[in-house]
Amino acid sequence: MLEFRLPSLGADMDEGTLLEWHVRPGDVVKRGQVVVVVDTSKAAIEVECWEDGVVDRLVVDPGTTIPVGTVIALLRQPGETEEQAAHWKAEHPIAAPAPPSRAPTAVVSEPSPLPEERARRRVSPAARRHAEEKGIDLETVVGTGPQGAVTVENVERAAASAARAAVPDRAAEMRRTIAAAMARSKREIPHYYLATEIPLAAATRWLAGENERRPVTERLLMAVLFIKAVANALVKFPELNGFYRDGRFEPSPAVHVGVAISLRQGGLIAPALLDVNTKPPDQLMRELADLVKRARALSLKSSEFSLPTVTVTNLGDQGVESVYGVIYPPQVALIGFGRITERAWVADGSIQIVPVVTASLSADHRASDGHRGGLFLNELKALLQQPERL
Amino acid sequence: MDEQVIRDVIFKTLRAIAPEVDPAALVPDEPLRNQVDLDSMDWLNFLVGLHQALKVDIPEGDYQKLYTLNHLMTYLRDRLSSRA
Repeated sequence: MLEFRLPSLGADMDEGTLLEWHVRPGDVVKRGQVVVVVDTSKAAIEVECWEDGVVDRLVVDPGTTIPVGTVIALLRQPGETEEQAAHWKAEHPIAAPAPPSRAPTAVVSEPSPLPEERARRRVSPAARRHAEEKGIDLETVVGTGPQGAVTVENVERAAASAARAAVPDRAAEMRRTIAAAMARSKREIPHYYLATEIPLAAATRWLAGENERRPVTERLLMAVLFIKAVANALVKFPELNGFYRDGRFEPSPAVHVGVAISLRQGGLIAPALLDVNTKPPDQLMRELADLVKRARALSLKSSEFSLPTVTVTNLGDQGVESVYGVIYPPQVALIGFGRITERAWVADGSIQIVPVVTASLSADHRASDGHRGGLFLNELKALLQQPERL
Repeated sequence: MDEQVIRDVIFKTLRAIAPEVDPAALVPDEPLRNQVDLDSMDWLNFLVGLHQALKVDIPEGDYQKLYTLNHLMTYLRDRLSSRA
């Protein structure tokens, strides 16, 4: 029997609210399949299961808020019979989900009256009817009428306040989530910062040639070349790709690049493009377009949230010329690209006008040193001079 | 194609990418990307949307002719009428 637990969806998530099951008991689950949707402070995330199996039991109901690590479903492994499953369940009773760590938002801001006061409070009949209709507990309403009587107006105000509290303020929650992750980063990670200017004459030329041949639906963006070049360079610099956890650095064999995506309603998220070093630019472009679209619709998969081994932030053509990012823990590096600008550039003994980008590296000094960081940026520069080989 | 139809398609496509945009507030002869926060991915998606709605392909070399809404209108009208 497999215990399917709520996975951690990033350093800043410790609980989630189950929104919807995509499977029912008896359904066959394939590795990588989305089985459940969980709401976090950042987004509704489609959670994948990484084992093959058959759904035996759904332990947690939609609407329940549960801590990371809670068993949310039981899956029978391939070959496991229902009889064996029943036997297992008899031996492993599942505890009821632990209550969420955070209490529900308080509905009424005024202090509640003392019990004795409550006992002899006056409530107008209209207010009582109103409270019943709106499902408001009169004991939570503070009266401001004669002798502290609860009026219709008091009930109305309590109802409005309850309605406000019921709708979670996504923007405020995201702000808090970003604040927690970034404060932890600056508290724990000894950042060092490096930057270099990278001429993009060859990359721009190659991209223009490619895009001239392509219909608008298949065109590439410079951002894809940046992401691909970063991934290829990281293969040679494993100390910049992975996680710093429990006092030690664990390099990652795979390169999953988190892409910082700003959201129109404010805030940002950095879900991952997976195995970037193994994929051609065309495929990465399709995946990036899809990722940006889904990130903006706040519909992402759990692997995209939990797996980034490094982050790339690209300020694009509207921003400023350089960025020194804050590392997203437990990652150990962030690579930033500023706006591409035309500059006077000296090459082969003459001055030319060349498109140039400033690439920066923020890295964790516990995992790497500036010397290697510098070599990494030089490797990145070299790779971007041969775009056709990316 | 009717100018109003082209205008409607432009705004509908734009709103699909940037829902906060109020078409009435856009100044037609000011650069569009100074008025609406569109990154390079948004811009590409905008052109893909126009392509799908109007069946017009916009070569990358023509991007510089599309700075303002007025430029965009003129460009699309010319492309559509030359095809007709």
